[in-house]
Amino acid sequence: MGTINIDAGTVPIRETRLGSITGYYGDLEDLSTKSSCGNLKNRERCFSQCSLCLNMCSIGEFTSLRDVAVINHAPAGCNAGSAATKVFAKQIAERIGKEYNSVLVGTDLNESDTVFGATESLPDIVRQVYENYRPSAIVIASSCVSGVIGEDIESVTSELDRQYDIPIFPIQCEGFRSKIWQSGADIADHAFVKYIVKPPQEKRNVINFKNFFESERQQITEIFAELGVTPQFLYLNSTIEEVEHLSESLATVSICGTLGTYLGNALEELYGVPYIRSLNPNGITGFESWLREIGKKIGKSAEVENYLTREKAKYIDKIEEVKDELKGLTAVIGMGPGYAFDVGRVLQELGLEIIWTTAWHLDYRYDNGEMPTSLRYMTEHSANNFGVSVADQQNFEIMHTLKTLKPDVYFSRHPGTTVWAVKQGIASVFVADEYTIFGYRGTLNFANMILDAVRNRSFEQNLAARTKLPYTDWWYEQNNQAMLLNEGETRLREAAAH
Amino acid sequence: MAQILDQPRYKCALAAMQTVHAIPRAIPILHAGPGCGTKLNDNTGISGYYSPNIFPSTNIGEKEVVFGGEGKLRTTIENALKIIDADLFVVLTGCTAEIIGDDAEEIVHEFADAGKRVIYVNTPGFKGSNYQGHDWVLTALFEQYLPRERVPVNAKQVNIFPGPPVQDPFWHGNLKELESLFREIGLEPNIIFGYGNGVSAVDRIPAGAFNILVSPWVGLDSVKVLEKKYGTPYLHYPVLPIGATETSKFLRAVGKFTKVDELHVERVIAEHEKEYYYFIERYSDTFLELRILSKRFVVISDAQYAIAATKFLVNDLGWNPGGTQFVTDNTPEEYRESVRSEFEKLNYGIKASMEFSTNGFEIQKKIRESGFTAPPMIFGSSWDKSFAKEIYAPFLNISYPTYDRLIINSGVVGYAGGLKFLEDIYTTAVQSLIL
Repeated sequence: MGTINIDAGTVPIRETRLGSITGYYGDLEDLSTKSSCGNLKNRERCFSQCSLCLNMCSIGEFTSLRDVAVINHAPAGCNAGSAATKVFAKQIAERIGKEYNSVLVGTDLNESDTVFGATESLPDIVRQVYENYRPSAIVIASSCVSGVIGEDIESVTSELDRQYDIPIFPIQCEGFRSKIWQSGADIADHAFVKYIVKPPQEKRNVINFKNFFESERQQITEIFAELGVTPQFLYLNSTIEEVEHLSESLATVSICGTLGTYLGNALEELYGVPYIRSLNPNGITGFESWLREIGKKIGKSAEVENYLTREKAKYIDKIEEVKDELKGLTAVIGMGPGYAFDVGRVLQELGLEIIWTTAWHLDYRYDNGEMPTSLRYMTEHSANNFGVSVADQQNFEIMHTLKTLKPDVYFSRHPGTTVWAVKQGIASVFVADEYTIFGYRGTLNFANMILDAVRNRSFEQNLAARTKLPYTDWWYEQNNQAMLLNEGETRLREAAAH
Repeated sequence: MAQILDQPRYKCALAAMQTVHAIPRAIPILHAGPGCGTKLNDNTGISGYYSPNIFPSTNIGEKEVVFGGEGKLRTTIENALKIIDADLFVVLTGCTAEIIGDDAEEIVHEFADAGKRVIYVNTPGFKGSNYQGHDWVLTALFEQYLPRERVPVNAKQVNIFPGPPVQDPFWHGNLKELESLFREIGLEPNIIFGYGNGVSAVDRIPAGAFNILVSPWVGLDSVKVLEKKYGTPYLHYPVLPIGATETSKFLRAVGKFTKVDELHVERVIAEHEKEYYYFIERYSDTFLELRILSKRFVVISDAQYAIAATKFLVNDLGWNPGGTQFVTDNTPEEYRESVRSEFEKLNYGIKASMEFSTNGFEIQKKIRESGFTAPPMIFGSSWDKSFAKEIYAPFLNISYPTYDRLIINSGVVGYAGGLKFLEDIYTTAVQSLIL
């Protein structure tokens, strides 16, 4: 079942496109049954805490390129992340000796704009951005305010697009559209494919490689060189000109299934660029199946086997040594769904026991209609049935889980979340970089990180002993799903809304 | 009217959640989009007893946009009171809640007898900056939370109100130093923000004999509310005092206003100046002979730090303005003249030219084209670091965003703060010396 309609102005959010959810409480077996029969229903909450904004996720995809200007048509606060965006993109460009010239500006919407509208200011702001920065494309992003007051950005951009020699186009990324911030990346991918990617002129020995921070750029470039192909990393450090050619590549691969689904499936459906839907390259099984899948797609299986044999020999004994020390440690995971079940697989590989996994949202199927590979693998291979919940970073539920289950280690992946587990006296590993567990070397490094975290627990012991938790005893005495409405109540609310 | 906001150095009114968060045991409840809290929390030092991961938030979605979000706000407050261990809950409304017309006031009134205090503030991002939001939060706190009845006044108690915490990266250290100086001249300072303070300090506000606002313009409305409510006189002191010259002036002004013994104030000043100049004397060679600093400067910051740094650099250190100074906090029109006038009150009749601008690109262009003969030292934010490098100017980060330094509890206020500021300035300069 295809979900790609490139003629549409934007892409539907994950909740409606894929049936993805942000509220669930159960276990792996239940999740597996419900996912297989398409019967996984969302449960809303009557209490929630701050989560994340899809507007920044959308914009972040564009500001990752080195030569784009984004105008966030929003009040000042919506651009709070613009310095952080530039700081990290600039360092990553410098790492490969390139210059980062993208810019993110705001339109500082004020009260009178909410009454009289502000589209009239956009042409002048576009002119200033064009003259000051000479970008290769200008993107105008909508925000909650511009969306609610009904700003017709599309008309403005289609007019401006005619006047300038660069593409100028809109992205519909109002923060209220979806609780799943990953929808923001889909919205960006849709716009890239719709406005930038050109039909293929020739086939190129390139593999599109969607990732976040490209920390293993050099290693991947070397691996791919052995296979006779070049990676096109997306989107950090890429340029508009490079994105134009994505349709000419041999295949698309993503470091994370959740991140890559829309772009990968869209390029496959529209231009026949095969999308490689393997496990993420984390841990031994993940890395081997990922590279073998790539080898198969481009006819380089022999080269892949050579590489794997050689590299595995370097690290496998050392990995086995650390495994002895990790055996039997219990783990709770709190991550996006693309990583939650993938990191879970690696933990099981290393001999840890997963006792709970919380995913920030859950896609039970991707844009090709299939269950995500890492989730399927987990349902088929997990050593045990463990508790699973879905919560858009709802910290109070995670804290409750940790307090009840008292795992040896908590694995987090999003800023600001680690300290809360630590304050409950639980050793925590912050798996921030998507390449933390990449390949054999990454697996060994990750095993050492876990060992370090459980071996020296001074920081969390010191902090936990001297801080008070922000939640009441009442909350810890409740059932962890107390703030989740049941499916019936959620459906009633949805019915009332329609 | 919409305008280009290039290199934002301020945020929106909802970011005044940081003002609430700076009052221990008070917590904001956001009636806003799912990501507002996290997005606005891009400073360092923003976890603590609470953090945005803990802030309750209605996470407004499409459903609420269409059908209203009051129901979601009600259940969010109701459960927040049960789940979160706090003494004061402050509902802050964001853009969407305001435009769709949710009535936060009405919902909050339903919790009047909830046993825990809940107040509300309208802080839609389109209505103003976090500087203004800070004032609105304090105004709401004074109007809604504090009792109407007057209480016996403690003749020594002075409530001190600084600029917005967190937005001011040195807020912890500055407040501690202000507290300590006030104590030394015989007053009992009461500050609601930061370590050791909190909701209990808010409760003490009505007993204050004086309110002192140390800020060029931010917070003026809220001290006026206190004047009206309790008849408490306020001193509006627009200069955050850095170093001996400005701190001594400040202490004299505070002493005069609060009518403390003048001789005692002078004794305190004399002792501090003696110590301060002991150190200045020892390090004078560095200040006078270091050949890699031009002794000219440009500040690109909010009104508070643009004024504070300018006064210190000119009146204390004897530097000169190296061109126009830039105030980047989108100062409201009605305060612009008073802010401008501070740049003209400098030693030897020096007048620093200044401009209000929120366009970082234009600011840097003007500096680049200003025809300086030696690069001035740039005092700015992370936005200015690579620009400073481009024009071979030394650079010190003193304002949001501050990505290239970690400030925990050091401050720049007072005599000690002045020496610390000197350390920062000259450390930055000598860091270009590589062995």
